[in-house]
Amino acid sequence: MAEITPSQTVGPYFAYGLTPRGKYAWKDTFGADLVTPDASGERIRIEGQVLDGDGVPINDCMIEIWQADAQGRYASPADPRRPNATFQGFGRAGTDAEGRYAFDTIKPGAVPGPDGRMQAPHVLLAVFARGMLRQSYTRIYFADEAANADDAILALVPPERRGTLVAARTASQASPVYTFDIRMQGDAETVFFEV
Amino acid sequence: MTFFFPTESLRAFPPRLYPGYKSTVKRSPTKPLVIIPHTLSELTGPVYGQEAVQPGDEDLTRQHAGEPIGERIIVHGRVLDEDGRPVPNTLVEIWQANACGRYIHIVDQHPAPLDPNFTGAGRAKTDETGYYKFVTVKPGPYPWGNHHNAWRPSHIHFSLFGHAFISRLVTQMYFPGDPLFPFDPIFNSVTDARARERMISSFDLDATIPEWALAFRFDIVLRGRNQTPMES
Ligand SMILES: [Fe+3]
Repeated sequence: MAEITPSQTVGPYFAYGLTPRGKYAWKDTFGADLVTPDASGERIRIEGQVLDGDGVPINDCMIEIWQADAQGRYASPADPRRPNATFQGFGRAGTDAEGRYAFDTIKPGAVPGPDGRMQAPHVLLAVFARGMLRQSYTRIYFADEAANADDAILALVPPERRGTLVAARTASQASPVYTFDIRMQGDAETVFFEV
Repeated sequence: MTFFFPTESLRAFPPRLYPGYKSTVKRSPTKPLVIIPHTLSELTGPVYGQEAVQPGDEDLTRQHAGEPIGERIIVHGRVLDEDGRPVPNTLVEIWQANACGRYIHIVDQHPAPLDPNFTGAGRAKTDETGYYKFVTVKPGPYPWGNHHNAWRPSHIHFSLFGHAFISRLVTQMYFPGDPLFPFDPIFNSVTDARARERMISSFDLDATIPEWALAFRFDIVLRGRNQTPMES
């Protein structure tokens, strides 16, 4: 048996390597637009702001998301039901000067959960930044999903904190926008998971 | 093959709050993390097509018209899981300072020269045996203002994926014998000495290329064990 290599912070200078976005002489591996032409489902935008313990925007943060397709299937060898489209379900974004990030994606379907019950639609999110010695994991749920009430993972979260995991929906002409702010500390500190 | 991810293995990781590294104070969660079972969401993770890595992406010395200044080095090793099995076809991304300890990032104002022939970013994919290889120059140490006279030991930043979204690893590779180790809170945030040593590459004489480059070996172990119990 081998022991794992420890995590270290992504530091303040990851952008030219991991999220160059045309600002540096390097190619992007991953972007913040997950939508592929053949992906079925509702086009949505997920956006938010990342804030530190003083409420100051974290402008050197990297956000990654991982989600199922609209039929609740993951594009991963570990999911026996393989997607029939090229939707990959993975995205990466850096925050801007105001600590904001945004992803264009499709709304995920329900996926299997513990005890054979289905989970409410959700997106996994990992936060990386200077000052974070390891990534923090959270989940984005959608405010307009009745299934949230029966979700086995949300049920493990103290009721008064569940709201931090639920993205509010705003209508726009183009596509629905879900707002998911991430607060590292404070009264409304986002729930992070030990996984 | 299916995998599971023992949370005990995470004991090797640094704590989220490590006050010696000042930026952790306002950026680490203060409320207890919620422990959850691993569902299909946690147990799956992205895989990439071959298009993620193009030939030459692993050679950081050939991205510009001329060669970068500095000690040319080979950095190579294997990516393994907790059973010691190779992790094949997985993406490895790196970024680093130049030989003078300066990043091209616009925020880096360390008064050391930029190198017009060095960006400092690279990517590679492991082969069927989990092996990866980069050609680069040895990065310099740099000051970072965390405390009086704070200098980071020379390091290369690494980003890896592995079997699932929860095996994702961002780490730093260090060089053997660095005199700055005792003074660096980021390195020492890993409190277990044996775990710290797993972040230090080893000088690899056999992989050096005479008249051309020194070599350092860095094997990386990601979370993940075989679901199937071993036969006794
Ligand atoms: Fe660095």
